[in-house]
Amino acid sequence: MNALDGNAMAGRLQAAFGIDVSGMDGACGVCGATGAVGAQRAWLVAPGAVLRCRACDAVLLVVVEVRGSFRVSFDHLAWLEAVDA
Amino acid sequence: MRAETPRVRTLVLDVPDWPGHLAGQHVDVRLTAEDGYTAERSYSLASSPEDGRVVLGVERVDDGEVSGYLVDVAERGDRLEVRGPVGLYFVWRPETGGPLLLVGGGSGVVPLMSILRHRLASGSEVPVRLLLSWRTPDDVIYGEELERAASANGVEVAHTFTRSTPEGWPGYARRIDAAMLEEVAWPAAVRAHVYVCGPTGLVESVASSLVELGHEPRRVRTERFG
Repeated sequence: MNALDGNAMAGRLQAAFGIDVSGMDGACGVCGATGAVGAQRAWLVAPGAVLRCRACDAVLLVVVEVRGSFRVSFDHLAWLEAVDA
Repeated sequence: MRAETPRVRTLVLDVPDWPGHLAGQHVDVRLTAEDGYTAERSYSLASSPEDGRVVLGVERVDDGEVSGYLVDVAERGDRLEVRGPVGLYFVWRPETGGPLLLVGGGSGVVPLMSILRHRLASGSEVPVRLLLSWRTPDDVIYGEELERAASANGVEVAHTFTRSTPEGWPGYARRIDAAMLEEVAWPAAVRAHVYVCGPTGLVESVASSLVELGHEPRRVRTERFG
């Protein structure tokens, strides 16, 4: 299985947060790289999805669906910022 | 529903309370089996925001749990679980401007078609260049529409074929490479907005070639489909 783009997690993240964060900028807490959530590496593995830093491969966050609701665990996502696309 | 090729089908979904979409967005489609097993995949919208309809272009992939159903089995009137529109990364709005470079491999053309249709329907005049890679002439989708679009002002379309070409084909007959991009893409200095969609190998090779040619990584948006 190949990694996809963070953009492919947009639906799951929207289900969790209520907003689409795929166009937001974020920073990796491990290597400091910044970039759009949608541009990071995404691994979609039922019942979850893992977002990894495109620069250093650190796990930024994990979304898991549990009985119809979505739980997000934050690993190394340092921050998120809504920017004009 | 319409078969575009033996592997690609256009589906039009009637989604209650559809809020409208942006060019380049996708929907997540979830299928649930009788035993509760679910499979979920993302499919790009092909339609422009102006069109308003939820038009998907779906390619059947080998062992595709969802695409196999959508391309071969689904019938008019079937109900699907759909989430969307989603994805704010791989989107183009007229105010984003241009010029635009749209590079696609196979059914990776689907979200690029949404962007091209939006460019034409919105009255935007940003120049657009498309570079599309197909295995064989039989794999081409939206061929006639692309031909019509290429006669519009400011729209150029180039095709390349990697396995077999149309008879007498004068154009490219190889995978997209740096030399081809240098000929087709805008020079890096014009700071084009680039959208690349297709299989992982194509997307990564095109994106890294463009960056080597001097394009800013942030302006090269990618969408891989595995």
